[in-house]
Amino acid sequence: MIALYIVLGVILLLLLFLMVTYNGLVRLRNQMQNAWAQIDVQLKRRHDLIPNLVETVKGYMQHERETLEAVTNARNLAQQAVGRGVGAQSQAEQGLSGALSRLLAVVENYPDLKANQNFLALQEELTSTENKISFSRQYYNDSVLGLNNKVQMFPSNFVANITGFKLGEFFEVEAPAEREAPKVSFS
Amino acid sequence: MWEQVRSNRIRSVVLVGMMAALLLGVGYLLGEAFLDSPVSGLVIALVILAVLNLVAFFQGDNIMLALSRARKIKRDDHPRLYNIVEEMKIASGLERMPDVYIIDDQAMNAFATGRDANHASVAVTAGLLQALNRDELQGVVGHELAHIKNRDVLLMSLCGVLLGAIVILAWYGSRIMLFGGMAGGRRSSRGGGGGGGGIIIIVAIVLAILAPILAQLIYFAISRKREYMADASSALYTRYPEGLASALEKLGGSKIQVQGANQATAPAYIINPFREKGRAAADLTSTHPPISERIRILRSMGGGASLADYNKSYQSIHKGGKPVFSGATLAGAGIVDVRAAVPEAAPTEHEPSKAERTREVSNLMWRMNKYETVDCDCGTKLKIPPDFKRSNIRCPHCGRINNVRPNR
Repeated sequence: MIALYIVLGVILLLLLFLMVTYNGLVRLRNQMQNAWAQIDVQLKRRHDLIPNLVETVKGYMQHERETLEAVTNARNLAQQAVGRGVGAQSQAEQGLSGALSRLLAVVENYPDLKANQNFLALQEELTSTENKISFSRQYYNDSVLGLNNKVQMFPSNFVANITGFKLGEFFEVEAPAEREAPKVSFS
Repeated sequence: MWEQVRSNRIRSVVLVGMMAALLLGVGYLLGEAFLDSPVSGLVIALVILAVLNLVAFFQGDNIMLALSRARKIKRDDHPRLYNIVEEMKIASGLERMPDVYIIDDQAMNAFATGRDANHASVAVTAGLLQALNRDELQGVVGHELAHIKNRDVLLMSLCGVLLGAIVILAWYGSRIMLFGGMAGGRRSSRGGGGGGGGIIIIVAIVLAILAPILAQLIYFAISRKREYMADASSALYTRYPEGLASALEKLGGSKIQVQGANQATAPAYIINPFREKGRAAADLTSTHPPISERIRILRSMGGGASLADYNKSYQSIHKGGKPVFSGATLAGAGIVDVRAAVPEAAPTEHEPSKAERTREVSNLMWRMNKYETVDCDCGTKLKIPPDFKRSNIRCPHCGRINNVRPNR
């Protein structure tokens, strides 16, 4: 009789463990997907800001056609990469970040532009959007780390294997150069 | 890694439980001593507790915001502040954007309020907005959102209510003892009395004196712990401990006291709003850890921004002290690098200067006080108060007569 109770107790504990672990995994996966949606929102915001920026800046920067075109092209590329997976998208966005920082660097040569209220407001928006992108990426990567830890670590890896949880993919920024202030070259 | 909410929960629950027990003990003894029935004393204590708790739960944030005379702003009123709050909201993984408030006060301080993440508000003073640059403001806002994320606001208002109830009971209890106790013949004639009653009265007196002090000490302990945790979280969110450190340095250097603060609302602020003349806002029985120490911890995190780095730094400064975070919270968190600092004169970053920030904030304050502006031809900006009745105004600089908007 006692043995039966013990067996029943063990089974009950096992079921409880399965339930808690599974729910924890689902929570982490949802958090990761939600974080990815956040990145998407901010990337879209950046894509929307760029035509505005180019329009405002164009009048002042006749000699910077190439820089402006590079930004527009990078933006189009980034927009095409939407929905093509984390890897492709992070690469395209990196290109856009590079083009943008080159543009903002040459702005320094145009004092008139720097006094334009419209441009200043746009610049604040752009700065903040860049920050939001990097913060949402940070949160996303932390969520991925949390999920991957659970998927790989003992004992939750059993539950993850049975129920088919996959590892999350990090949103990588390859070169730290993107985060550094770009050098202004006067060539 | 994002589970600090759970860390220290047990310790906090124990401390809150101690305060609740203290309150019930005071109620019980006062009831025993003066009403001849400990149960009615308990009931009175419970009713006071329940009423205060309900008020604090549902109206706490409104009361707090009203007391500090904070006013809500929209994105257009101050885009930079609004953006920074939004950035920190994303970094902390909060789901709802907190309401943003500004306090028209030259003192430098900030607080967060709201019973949970869905009813959260952040308020900063005008003085803070003027003095801090973007990175510093980010650090401060990160600290406030960490309070929301870690549920500190609810915990601290619960503790505040318990403390308040104990103080109220002890105050009335001691008044009754001093003034009513003398004329207590009626009570002693109803039986009881005797030596046992005397001892209980003495215990009640001692407890009525000690309970508020004890409760306050517990309150301070919880509050200080939470400040460290919020600092650590802010460093983690911003990946830039130096931002908060240098903000705290500026805040600590300011000598102006927040006008709308009182003892009950003090723990909500980022630094203790009370200053003694010429003294730093730091001493043992304070709701906040010493600012210099908070700065030192943030600055010796050794190039990391994780909670573990903060923990290590905290322990190296508090030799042999208990860590801020338990091991379970830190397990599985990766290495977190500090982001590169934006050089002060970075070409891409348009960082408004102190003068620009001041003008920005004072214009906002004029606007929020419903002043209107009239641009005079000589370049002067005339601020028209809302109760100005005449249809024109003379410029004090050049003497031109300017028309004020005709529709007033």
